[in-house]
Amino acid sequence: MSYPEDLRYTKEHEWVRTEGDIGTIGITDHAQKELGDIVYVDLPKIGALIEQGKSLGSVESVKAVSDIYSPVSGEIVEVNESLAQAPEKLNQDPHGAAWLVKVRMSAPDEVKKLLSAADYQAYVGAES
Amino acid sequence: MGQSVALRRTPLHALHVSMGAKMVDFGGWDMPVQYSSLVEEHHAVRKAVGLFDVSHMGEIEIRGPEAVRLADYVTTNAASRLHIGQAQYSGLLYEHGGFVDDILVHKVSDDHFFLCVNAANQEKDFEHIRAANKFDAQVEFASDRYAQIAVQGPLALRTLERLTPVELGSIGYYWFKDGTVSGAPARIARTGYTGEDGFEIYVAPAEAPRIWNELLEAGREFGIKPCGLGARNTLRLEAKMALYGHEIHASITPYEADLGWMVKLDKGEFIGRAALAKQKEHGVRRKLIGFEMRGRGIGRDGYEVRLDGLAAGWVTSGSPAPSLNRNIGLCYLPAGEARLGRAIQVMVRCQPVDAETVNTPFYKRAKTA
Repeated sequence: MSYPEDLRYTKEHEWVRTEGDIGTIGITDHAQKELGDIVYVDLPKIGALIEQGKSLGSVESVKAVSDIYSPVSGEIVEVNESLAQAPEKLNQDPHGAAWLVKVRMSAPDEVKKLLSAADYQAYVGAES
Repeated sequence: MGQSVALRRTPLHALHVSMGAKMVDFGGWDMPVQYSSLVEEHHAVRKAVGLFDVSHMGEIEIRGPEAVRLADYVTTNAASRLHIGQAQYSGLLYEHGGFVDDILVHKVSDDHFFLCVNAANQEKDFEHIRAANKFDAQVEFASDRYAQIAVQGPLALRTLERLTPVELGSIGYYWFKDGTVSGAPARIARTGYTGEDGFEIYVAPAEAPRIWNELLEAGREFGIKPCGLGARNTLRLEAKMALYGHEIHASITPYEADLGWMVKLDKGEFIGRAALAKQKEHGVRRKLIGFEMRGRGIGRDGYEVRLDGLAAGWVTSGSPAPSLNRNIGLCYLPAGEARLGRAIQVMVRCQPVDAETVNTPFYKRAKTA
């Protein structure tokens, strides 16, 4: 698996793609593989405030439930509603169609603390 | 995920890794939790056939003129009532009635019993049995002599029959035969932990990789899948089979675990008998019962169960049930409340979610002629 260059990554296996002050958040391919068959995704509502490093929701597979830690701080402006009906999308396209939420970032500089694709690749390579 | 302690490996470990299985620490063993998809593996076993490496399980042999007396003395079920070639599910208990382990007892001959025990308990079980041995019998720790492969599913027989001259159809449920698989000596038992028809095969560790590969080849046309511990857990939970450390442990008795049928109080003295007889007379205070989630959420192992808002019990196992499209689980409740159709709440990540007690097993295979 090669991780997209235009995303930034957390050690808790989330990613963020930024366009202006909007950040799109998802979980990584490594995360979906670790979880296996995903059955539920719990996401915040539009307008909710989230904080970098804090739980913004959870993703649950047949095997386990796992917190989603936000890679950035800000206000939720969009939620990927399609995941409620089709959570298995997260197993199929975690870096694309199965994004989780979009957030208006309150501190865009936070992204600098996150891992590049190469660093994340090295990190999960070392972890497993 | 630093590995400070070396994990134990089965003879099939290298094969699992080469096939891309996701490996996890399971009670000190580096075991495959899934190969492709837990759900696909689960369905393969329900609809066709699946293959499990269960070589981590332990084996203990009891031999000698009084082997049956020792087997009867350390287990709850009546080993003395087994026929040669028959197996039974049984409990090893402490004097206070709690479980040391749940095991399978196979009668090989009048002076030889073969026990299959849980991986994480094998040394403890061996010491427990040896310490109780006041008979003319020998207890052998035999785990190093056996690998174990489970072939499970409605097409398990048609898969395995290609590799063995043993007439598999003549082996009844919970019976076994000694013969060969792929030319290697094998004990073939019609047992399993999935709720499906199937076989558990005990072979020499050195033969296991070849037999594993030949079974995969033999089952290829049926869509056989290698399966991990993840599918093993959802399959056994749907069939309401107990898992040591979850439904049963040192503080739980067979009566509490709804396993009274494995206790034969009338067979004579055995370890735990006095405590069980007393419990039978006075009744149990808590009881295992199945539940289904009604609200959105999955009640998982260890989650608190509430009755009318008050803490009353705990979930022992819980999961989505791939064959039922429902979220199911088992929990302990006060005995007086453990009745079918009781509304309960499971605390899912600090939120009460509605559930209801239901009849078990959750899944029962259709009987074939």
